[in-house]
Amino acid sequence: MSTLVEERPESLAPLRRVMDETAALPVLLYFGTGIFWLLMGTLFGVASALKFDLPDWLDTVPAFTFGRIRPAHLDAMTYGWASLAGAGCLVWLTSRLSMVPVKWRKCLLASVALWNLGLVYGTGSVLFGYSQSVEWLEYPPAAWMMIAVAFLLYAASILRTFMARKVDHVYVSLWYILASAVWFPFLYVVANLPIYSGVMHGVVNWWYGHNALAVWFTPIGLALAYYFIPKTLGRPVYSYYLSLLGFWTFGLFYNWNGVHHLVGGPVPNWLQTISIIASVLMVIPVLAVAVNHHLTTFGRFSMLRNDLTLRFSVFGAMSYTAVSFQGSAEALRDVQETVHFTHYTIGHAHLGVYAFLTMLLFGAMYYIIPRVARWEFPHPAWIAAHFWLAALGVLLYVAAMCVGGIVQGRAMNNPAIPFPDVVELTRPYLTLRTFSGILMGLGHVIFAVLFAQAVWLRKGALQ
Amino acid sequence: MMFIRLFVFFAGVLLALFLGWAALIGVPGIQIAAVPPQPGLRPYTFEEAYGRQVYIREGCIYCHSQQTRPQGFGADQARMFGRPSVPGDYFYDKPHLLGTMRTGPDLLNIAARQPSAAWHYAHLYNPRMVVPKSVMPRFPWLFDEKTSTDSLDTVVNVPGARAFIVPNRDGRALVAYLLSMNHTYPVQ
Repeated sequence: MSTLVEERPESLAPLRRVMDETAALPVLLYFGTGIFWLLMGTLFGVASALKFDLPDWLDTVPAFTFGRIRPAHLDAMTYGWASLAGAGCLVWLTSRLSMVPVKWRKCLLASVALWNLGLVYGTGSVLFGYSQSVEWLEYPPAAWMMIAVAFLLYAASILRTFMARKVDHVYVSLWYILASAVWFPFLYVVANLPIYSGVMHGVVNWWYGHNALAVWFTPIGLALAYYFIPKTLGRPVYSYYLSLLGFWTFGLFYNWNGVHHLVGGPVPNWLQTISIIASVLMVIPVLAVAVNHHLTTFGRFSMLRNDLTLRFSVFGAMSYTAVSFQGSAEALRDVQETVHFTHYTIGHAHLGVYAFLTMLLFGAMYYIIPRVARWEFPHPAWIAAHFWLAALGVLLYVAAMCVGGIVQGRAMNNPAIPFPDVVELTRPYLTLRTFSGILMGLGHVIFAVLFAQAVWLRKGALQ
Repeated sequence: MMFIRLFVFFAGVLLALFLGWAALIGVPGIQIAAVPPQPGLRPYTFEEAYGRQVYIREGCIYCHSQQTRPQGFGADQARMFGRPSVPGDYFYDKPHLLGTMRTGPDLLNIAARQPSAAWHYAHLYNPRMVVPKSVMPRFPWLFDEKTSTDSLDTVVNVPGARAFIVPNRDGRALVAYLLSMNHTYPVQ
């Protein structure tokens, strides 16, 4: 069914060696800078969270006010960490699935440089008061243009490697990789055009905000899950036809979802309704993917004990199912009436970008780093520690924010409770959130040290 | 054969994105672009527009929305946030500041609920001076500390302050913007 089971590993070893050596430099650069932004994003995130506990802390410096470090956190984590680490994983995966060494490596090196330049410029702009103040689109023109060009350079190399492929079969992961390579540049440029105003700008904002997940971040996660779960288990994907159904319904329904962020707002009712319907229809692609991933794993759970890439990946795949069903339910008007404008949405976002995507990225990187650096991690206990800090941290985070969000929403909808009391009610949950953020942050420090060690002690020069 | 399949793949993928764009942006764009400014709405003055830039710079949208929901959907009406907002209320807003979060209250009609400039200055200087349970940041950089004042200065009443706390240009503009946030004119 898939190329994964047709492979005969002994005959592929020399080719894999060449593929990994060719991919090593760009992939490790994507990973290393991605991890830098993960640490920066963690600092911004924990500091933002602490400001709810200690509102007077660090508040004489304008650059550190909540309204600036909070968007700096989101952008560093998405355009920095998740995008760079994701691009690195997908570059390696495209080469592996195409059975050909990475093409146009210079494009990738230029892409890493430009991407990071854009991130530094963008983060600095947000912190020093030049944000566009549009959620997910805070970066000013010079920054987003650099990131857009960096993405096109990445996409060019991916497509070139794919066109040079030595296998006929195009595996499911590649569908998502190729689709995201052509989707994201269109979306990012169209949404950033300075031509919108008023309510229509709000609609474009959330068409983009939700679609950034649909056309870039979720495809990264699904491409990784579709590869690493069957790969590490050594068994094929449960159903090829389901993955086909899952892919096309995903493409058709996901990008109609955006306006569910404006339910109850000043946008036409019919527009809110079609986004709510599309959000519920997401059950179809999600079920298709869920059946595929979970039934592939079913009966092999004992392997989670020893294979840490699999452990991260299965946690990520399960979170995808959870966050998607939560999202479909959350879009309903009755649910939105309570949870819109609350911390619940923040909880949902972290279940997606962290418990789903970031956990899959961690798992994939623990698989890819030893291969491109030709160096095995000597102490798996540290990787396990990273797993538990990240897993418990994010579960606590999501639980605190979702429960706290419901408490907040119910209190806001009860006009007998004065607004300051609503704020006070949420504070214990926000303190739990700060604590969970520190847990995840400790995991990130372990991860960064393990990565630095692998690069430092690697066998063979980076060419 | 492979070429045709690839063509179908990429065409299908781009068509899927285009269909979503057409439904969420293309069609509503035509409908909403035809909406004129709501009668009663006036353009921002220079100072209010500058204050709006301060609002943008400080990231106020991450805790305050600017959209009000109808009766029967949340408690916006009972909390006196103002009548449900309509597209014509936002005619002069670029970028939009609708917001998605209410760590603090909605601000679309803050000027109607709290018309006192003195209250806003005190609140921006130290929110907990006027709302003890608030978690809003202080914004001391919107104020100057002066040893003497003249008749043009607005002095913020700060108990125990060693100097006169006077809003600077950014602080005055932000309050001018907040005091322009009154969309309570009727909608027929």
